[in-house]
Amino acid sequence: MSASDLSILPAPPLLILAMRPLPLAPLQPLLSFLIASIVRRHRGLFVRLGAHAGKTFGIHPTDLPFAFELAPKPDRPRLVAVRTLSKGLDVRISGPLGALLGLVNGELDGDALFFSRDLRVEGDFEAVVALRNAVDDAQINLVDEIRSLLGPLGGPFEIVFRMALERLRETHEERGV
Amino acid sequence: MELVCPAGTPAALKVAVDAGAGAVYCGFNDETNARNFPGLNFSREELIAGIALAHRRGVKVLVAINTFPRAGGMGLWRSAVDDATRAGADALILADVGLLDYAANKHPKQRLHVSVQAAAANADSIRFYVENFGVHRVVLPRVLSVPEIAAVTKECGCETEVFVFGGLCVMAEGRCSLSSYATGCSPNMQGACSPASHVNYRQERGKMVSRLGEFTINSFAKGEPAAYPTLCKGRFATNGALGYIFEDPTSLDAAAMLPGLKEAGVSALKIEGRQRGRAYIEAVVHAFRQALKALDAGRPIETASLSALTEGQTTTVGAYRKTWR
Repeated sequence: MSASDLSILPAPPLLILAMRPLPLAPLQPLLSFLIASIVRRHRGLFVRLGAHAGKTFGIHPTDLPFAFELAPKPDRPRLVAVRTLSKGLDVRISGPLGALLGLVNGELDGDALFFSRDLRVEGDFEAVVALRNAVDDAQINLVDEIRSLLGPLGGPFEIVFRMALERLRETHEERGV
Repeated sequence: MELVCPAGTPAALKVAVDAGAGAVYCGFNDETNARNFPGLNFSREELIAGIALAHRRGVKVLVAINTFPRAGGMGLWRSAVDDATRAGADALILADVGLLDYAANKHPKQRLHVSVQAAAANADSIRFYVENFGVHRVVLPRVLSVPEIAAVTKECGCETEVFVFGGLCVMAEGRCSLSSYATGCSPNMQGACSPASHVNYRQERGKMVSRLGEFTINSFAKGEPAAYPTLCKGRFATNGALGYIFEDPTSLDAAAMLPGLKEAGVSALKIEGRQRGRAYIEAVVHAFRQALKALDAGRPIETASLSALTEGQTTTVGAYRKTWR
């Protein structure tokens, strides 16, 4: 499948429904370790972010019942899960989870997602562009990042996560739409 | 024909090389190149490493230093010329005659290309660059038909390079002041058309409204493909009608024109998009490498559908096949 024929589908409704009542607290340690790991392994990201590393980014997967707030300060990075994004964030980025993951992994092009309206951005557009370019150059592989954090549970996680990613990347053609 | 591919970051350069680029063009992370976007471009160290990587794979690296130096501020542009030459760039892509003169005199062995930003669109103009600065190639503006390209190529005295994919600019490139008027920042001197610092998107009554400085550029209904927030692709109300008065938001895809461009004597084909991500570069470079293989083998060119990657999600052959609207 090439990047040019990807269509973004939302996460399965049943999965979203099942996630809705779950507490966010158990997710937090994983997010804290994840952002610390990314900061440690991808220092070049902050060179590209420059002054925008001090900004706050709200990331809302529109098909999930929660969102993320990112403050990518090199010395004290912060990634937290929230039910609704706070007011006063510098940037708000929203789109289906598949689009956001594809963007981080470099499998989807940010401008193309914007043209297709899969991605919505509001706020400090300069910070959005800097983050997009920094992440694309950093070659972050989220599966590798999380697997390395989970130790012995990493293998099973990878299988489940890759299956979920494949599901999110189904094309309209494959669905016969 | 050489396939000249964009790279805004070292990661993108590697992707372009892997996907089949014959040459990669890139720029420094400052005002000296016309894609001076936040988080984009190369440091001196990254350029040296990128050139080494590309050369190991037999791929050339062309360095764009294609903005116009400010009065009293030549130092930044001259040091870019010196550093790119020292780094081993296979060619420098320049637009300003003063900088071309500096490069030709200071680095007489360095290969020089005339940037599209110079808007050199006829043989007389191009010969001026050849005769005075010894340039080897000119990147032609995106306003010429294929027969016009053939005529220019025959008479201009150097190689010609044309765009085959990506964003379209139908203005006199390097001389357009629309973005400067709206933002006070010059794309021709500071390197960013519609700089992100002046762009704003917001939701209004169910539509996405794009603004550049104090100007509303466009509003897109739900599900309608979006475009870059440039004034030339704005949708404006004139005489009671709403429409695109300069150009439609669409991208160039000249894959179908490759046989004609080859026959016209064109030496190199350029893909626009240093500001785009790795996914775009991989897909577009791969598609055009396959198209060139088919062309060289005498097979019909099967054009891959790349419209999902393009502005407005539509493509055109632009001025290469001129028709009246």
